[in-house]
Amino acid sequence: MLQQVEGSKAVARAVAACRPQVVCAYPISPQTHIVEEISRMVKAGELPGCEYVNVESEFAAMSGVIGSCAVGARSYTATASQGLLFMVEALYNVSGMGLPIVMTVANRAIGAPINIWNDHGDTMSQRDSGWLQLYAADNQEAADLHVQAFRIAEELSVPVMVCMDGFVLTHATEAVDVPDVGSVDAFLPPFVPRQVLDPDAPVSIGAMVGPEAFTEVRYLAHRRQLDALTVIPRVANEFAQHFGRTSGGLLHPYRTEGADLVVVALGSVLGTLQDVVDAQRSQGVAVGAVGLTSFRPFPYDAVRTALAGAHRVVVLERALAVGVGGIVAADVRTALVGTGVEQVTVVAGLGGRPITTASLGAMIGDAVAGRLPELTFLDLDHAVVDRELGRI
Amino acid sequence: MATTSLGMPVKFYQVGSFAVGNRLVDPALRSVQSGQERANALTSGHRACQGCGEALGARYVLDAAMRASQGRMVTVNATGCLEVFSTPYPETSWRVAWLHSLFGNAPAVATGVAAGLRALGRDDVTVVAQGGDGGTVDIGFGALSGMFERNDDVLYVCYDNGGYMNTGIQRSGATPPAARTMTTQAVGAEPGNVFGQGKDVPRIAMAHDVPYVATATVADLRDLEAKVTHAMSLRGSRYLHVLVPCPLGWGTASSDTVKVARLATESGFFPVFEAEHGVVTAVRHIRHRVPVEEYLRLQGRYAHLFRPERRDDVIARLQAIADRNIERYGLAGPVAALEVGPVGRAGALIEEGAAPGARVREV
Amino acid sequence: MDKPFAITLDVGSSLANHTGAWRVERPVYVELEPPCAHACPAGENPQRWLYAAEEGAYEQAWRRLVEANPFPAVMGRVCYHPCQTACNRGFLDEAVGINAVERFLGDLAIERGWALPVPEVTSGRRVLVVGAGPTGLSAAYHLRRLGHDVTVRDAQTAPGGMMRYGIPAYRLPRTVLDAEIDRLVATGVHLELGARVGDVLDAEREGFDAALLAVGAQLGKRAYVPAGEAARVLDAVTMLHDVAEGEAPHLGRRVVVYGGGNTAVDAARTAKRLGATDSVIVYRRTRDRMPAHDSEVAEAIEEGVRVTWLSTIRHASAGRVLIERMVLDETGFPQPTGELEELEADSLVLALGQETDLSLVEGVPGVSVVDGVIEVDDDLMTGRPGLFAGGDVVPAERTVTVGIGHGTRAARAIHAWLGRADVRPGVAPDADTAADVGTASDVGAAPDDGVGSGGDEGAEPGQLGAHPLTGAQVPGADAAGNPPVATFDQLNPWYFADAPHAVRPRLEHARRTSGFEEVVQGLDVTTAQYEARRCMSCGSCFECDNCYGVCPDNAVTKLGPGARFRFDYDYCKGCGLCVQECPSGSILMVPEVP
Ligand SMILES: Cc1cc2nc3c(=O)[nH]c(=O)nc-3n(C[C@H](O)[C@H](O)[C@H](O)COP(=O)(O)OP(=O)(O)OC[C@H]3O[C@@H](n4cnc5c(N)ncnc54)[C@H](O)[C@@H]3O)c2cc1C
Ligand SMILES: Cc1ncc(C[n+]2csc(CCOP(=O)(O)OP(=O)(O)O)c2C)c(N)n1
Ligand code: SF4
Ligand code: SF4
Ligand code: SF4
Ligand SMILES: [Mg+2]
Repeated sequence: MLQQVEGSKAVARAVAACRPQVVCAYPISPQTHIVEEISRMVKAGELPGCEYVNVESEFAAMSGVIGSCAVGARSYTATASQGLLFMVEALYNVSGMGLPIVMTVANRAIGAPINIWNDHGDTMSQRDSGWLQLYAADNQEAADLHVQAFRIAEELSVPVMVCMDGFVLTHATEAVDVPDVGSVDAFLPPFVPRQVLDPDAPVSIGAMVGPEAFTEVRYLAHRRQLDALTVIPRVANEFAQHFGRTSGGLLHPYRTEGADLVVVALGSVLGTLQDVVDAQRSQGVAVGAVGLTSFRPFPYDAVRTALAGAHRVVVLERALAVGVGGIVAADVRTALVGTGVEQVTVVAGLGGRPITTASLGAMIGDAVAGRLPELTFLDLDHAVVDRELGRI
Repeated sequence: MATTSLGMPVKFYQVGSFAVGNRLVDPALRSVQSGQERANALTSGHRACQGCGEALGARYVLDAAMRASQGRMVTVNATGCLEVFSTPYPETSWRVAWLHSLFGNAPAVATGVAAGLRALGRDDVTVVAQGGDGGTVDIGFGALSGMFERNDDVLYVCYDNGGYMNTGIQRSGATPPAARTMTTQAVGAEPGNVFGQGKDVPRIAMAHDVPYVATATVADLRDLEAKVTHAMSLRGSRYLHVLVPCPLGWGTASSDTVKVARLATESGFFPVFEAEHGVVTAVRHIRHRVPVEEYLRLQGRYAHLFRPERRDDVIARLQAIADRNIERYGLAGPVAALEVGPVGRAGALIEEGAAPGARVREV
Repeated sequence: MDKPFAITLDVGSSLANHTGAWRVERPVYVELEPPCAHACPAGENPQRWLYAAEEGAYEQAWRRLVEANPFPAVMGRVCYHPCQTACNRGFLDEAVGINAVERFLGDLAIERGWALPVPEVTSGRRVLVVGAGPTGLSAAYHLRRLGHDVTVRDAQTAPGGMMRYGIPAYRLPRTVLDAEIDRLVATGVHLELGARVGDVLDAEREGFDAALLAVGAQLGKRAYVPAGEAARVLDAVTMLHDVAEGEAPHLGRRVVVYGGGNTAVDAARTAKRLGATDSVIVYRRTRDRMPAHDSEVAEAIEEGVRVTWLSTIRHASAGRVLIERMVLDETGFPQPTGELEELEADSLVLALGQETDLSLVEGVPGVSVVDGVIEVDDDLMTGRPGLFAGGDVVPAERTVTVGIGHGTRAARAIHAWLGRADVRPGVAPDADTAADVGTASDVGAAPDDGVGSGGDEGAEPGQLGAHPLTGAQVPGADAAGNPPVATFDQLNPWYFADAPHAVRPRLEHARRTSGFEEVVQGLDVTTAQYEARRCMSCGSCFECDNCYGVCPDNAVTKLGPGARFRFDYDYCKGCGLCVQECPSGSILMVPEVP
């Protein structure tokens, strides 16, 4: 049922429809509205059979769901930014043990300087943590991705992060068709854990593994992520059949046919980007866009296929690998090896700076003209940085 | 208690409640460890050092918990010796459902386990979490406090060997003053660990008003088992702090593990007590009080207090700690009867020993 | 469950890891000799029967006891209990009251009428025992158990020897003595009373295959004390004998007893009971050097007996004795001071020791008498083959306990002797046939008591010998595998609950000096059990489960009640905790044999 709803609430309700059994969370903007809503639902009895634990830190939040997931309870948490970093040790532990936990990250910049606004610096820092990362383009997709995330996670025994832009999505109210329990029940089977902490069938979970087997353990984790490359689109297809709309999958090409230039981006900027593409196309510029939903695993083949026809590719990044530049760009480059496609990186929207239609239009203009350098910081205030650099 | 015509107590069990077993005692009152059917939660083949107090303590605790829960129990373990020596791939020494996650998160994982079990409607399964002193009083302390504050339904057991042993004997917040570790070496003007303010986690636990807090050692099995059993009968957060000597880290003979734990309590250096809802309800009285020096002498980590010259000043400061414990908990109280259970727990008493003043010589 | 590789493991799989390979020393269970058993001249192993008594299995305890000693009720009263002197519990608080429990068991057996087994005569051999004192009766009992036909001859009209005619009734009621002797005789001993044996060779001629001389020391020593004619001087043995026969001698109101042994004390206390207002013991040295047992001296003093220490008697006359004060020189020997004193005395009783009447062996070839006693070998055999001797007639401590032990040993030796093919009394067996000597393993072995020498030669500390019962390798065992005695420092006394010695009630004063009622009362059921439970089981596993409990490696297998424990050397790392925490010292650490 379509409802005018804040993104956070839409996600909270979608998660609730998945019948989570344990939610452990610690508040941090801009994730707060999600967990507030879930905690309310639990307390109000709208989520029977769910335990909501107010833990004392994100480390405890992730640790808590480690415990609950290990006993076979469907487990969920949400965080952002500093909170994500505070749970890093546990993140790796979750993926290492193959616990199918689903977590929302309301993407937010990482301090210092402390900044509560959106960018992808937090989740990008965890790209090698062994979690799947799915980026939502809008609130509908954010809600839908959670339903899919539980399916994927539990099928593969891997944890999944659903990344949605903080404030831009979490705090935006728009019409969302929030998946309801009945439909989700038909789509998402009950959680059957691969391993479970159970006195009736005791095992030791979390052994110490030495050089003799560590590589194999890692290789198997790698293979499971690769399996996700087929599971993710399959689940997206099934979702489409069940719910009658398209969400998720590995990536979304947008008007890439015949495009000379393709802009690759993740998250909420895709909406703006599509508007700009439409505008440019109407002016005859052969530009398209590729929205990357699955950043982990990285769909190399799908990316190469989507970009095969382009001459130039701009990777629009909401994060920065300091001293290097793009993060997503590195993977795209790998995907394009041998294709001869030119590629540049544009870092934009850090710490919540709006990515405007105008700026994107100008960027495309420059790109088409071949004027974009290898790395560009969109809307950089040159006066400020020149002054500062001059001082050094 | 029935007495003989001479006023002697009739029931006297030879080894009373001190030994592991006692063939003279009512089978219902026998220790878990004495039973052939004990769970052996931690079984043979583990890689703990010879005479490891932690390995011993863990089996004592978990076997008692297994009996108390009739096997309906799962465990969560922090990183540390206990985890490393028990579960190196491809072998595990545990015979109970066991989960290891990280060094500093065992209380939180246990919280999640408890929440998960509740959500699954498995109220019959209880949760025991365990970790070393490092995992408990230092890195896991925040999580522990959170667990206490929420009163999560977990029995948390800290095996205190006074240091980070697994990483090669470094100082922890539970390392006693003056003790030598690899990061508080026996060099300089004040060799060994500093005399800080101490980090008395049992008392900090009590400050959370949790239902049950107790201390124990591997030298007093019956007391330990009674505490585990009692703790398992309660709900909410329960904390058990068990002193487990570490031959490697303490520089003690592997055969002295129990003895040195006994001296820790008999000197008053390690007070054994229990508290409910923040109030001390019982203490284990000292049986034969010894100066703290007797405890220190057995341990290489205090060798610098005796060689090359005696550090009477430092020994006196350590004695003062013991004296303060004795006073604070009233450890010097009378040992009128030796009990199987913690003092004051009705129904668990073994009557024995002499009535005060019954020491009569044949004339 | 589709468990993830390596991260999740099957429970208990570490059993594949045999940590026993780490070990450089291994614990072994041992069975050491308890000090009480080692010290008991009667060859009892008190620990064994206390173990049963601890559980309240009194009949079983009694049966174990009488395997060695058929007189628990007597011994529980008159034994000087060297077992208790040796008891390791003395280092902790006070020795276990072994003797009191023994008496309790003995009395209970009489009360319940428990009988000794009556064995068939299976050997076809006849043995003569001369003397129905403790030595002779003990020998008769054990010979019966070994299936021999035994005749005991005694000159007196009642059996018991000094148990009847020496030890006063207030210490050993005759009903008790009679009950135990009757029970023993009922095993099929031919008892011939009023039958003085004048010459042992006559007995051989009667067709006995072997004989034991157990005639004791019946004659009071009459040291020379200058005495006026009117002085009334008698010897303690005679006096006590007469009292025992019901013929109370006339002693008068003031009695002086000369001597420092138990006989002196018995005489003085008996005098009190016969109506003496003054009963004074005169003794040459100080109290701490007095051979009499402290408890008896104390009881005597309680009853009003006075002791004049450091004094000798110079002269006795009618109504008085003259004594001289002594001082101890640096060697502890009393030296006269010349200081004289007079004591009023209606009679003087000499209690200066006993001598033995050896007329029955006079002229018997091979029998040699030195210092008034018969010489014997390790097997208590005299120089005449087939003729044995024990008790007060051989050089040893003179106590009932030693006598009983000798009886046991002599029975065993006689049994072995009779086992030889060609035995004939008076004839040494052929060397070739002497090889296969049957030993009576079911007879309690009496340890070394000063006669002959123990088999300790060849034992070196740390030497390994296998214990005959357990097969355990016992460091320090002798060549025969006899284990060393368990010492206090081998125990872990922490584990024994604090429990002071249970006292035996005593008869109150007034009744003590007015008659011959028994002074020391027995323990009741609960107190006896309490006392039994004070036993620390030195050197013998009593299944406290400590080793099973304290092993961090779970390397001790509990085999179940009565079956004790086994080490699982696949996993034992050799930490030694079990050894350290064994209360009874029943585990030793031995080097791992490479
Ligand atoms: C007053 C007194 C108190 C004592 N108190 C204790 C005590 O409390 N505890 C303790 O342990 N010991 C005590 N003793 C010592 C103890 O009684 C003797 O050591 C013990 O009785 C010796 O036993 P036996 O069998 O060798 O000799 P005896 O007990 O002397 O028995 C020898 C028997 O042989 C008989 N006999 C002798 N000659 C002949 C013969 N030719 N033919 C046939 N029969 C013969 C005698 O009649 C006698 O019955 C005491 C001794 C005395 C005198
Ligand atoms: C986050 C983190 N920091 C440090 C370590 C290294 N480490 C592992 S065990 C340990 C010490 C364990 O000490 P304690 O908890 O007292 O247990 P013990 O080994 O003494 O039994 C340390 C420092 C770690 N595993 N994780
Ligand atoms: S270092 Fe200490 S705690 Fe660790 S296994 Fe060895 S003895 Fe046990
Ligand atoms: S520790 Fe106890 S059970 Fe083990 S051998 Fe010693 S006495 Fe026997
Ligand atoms: S306690 Fe266990 S490991 Fe140690 S020596 Fe004894 S049996 Fe061996
Ligand atoms: Mg530690």
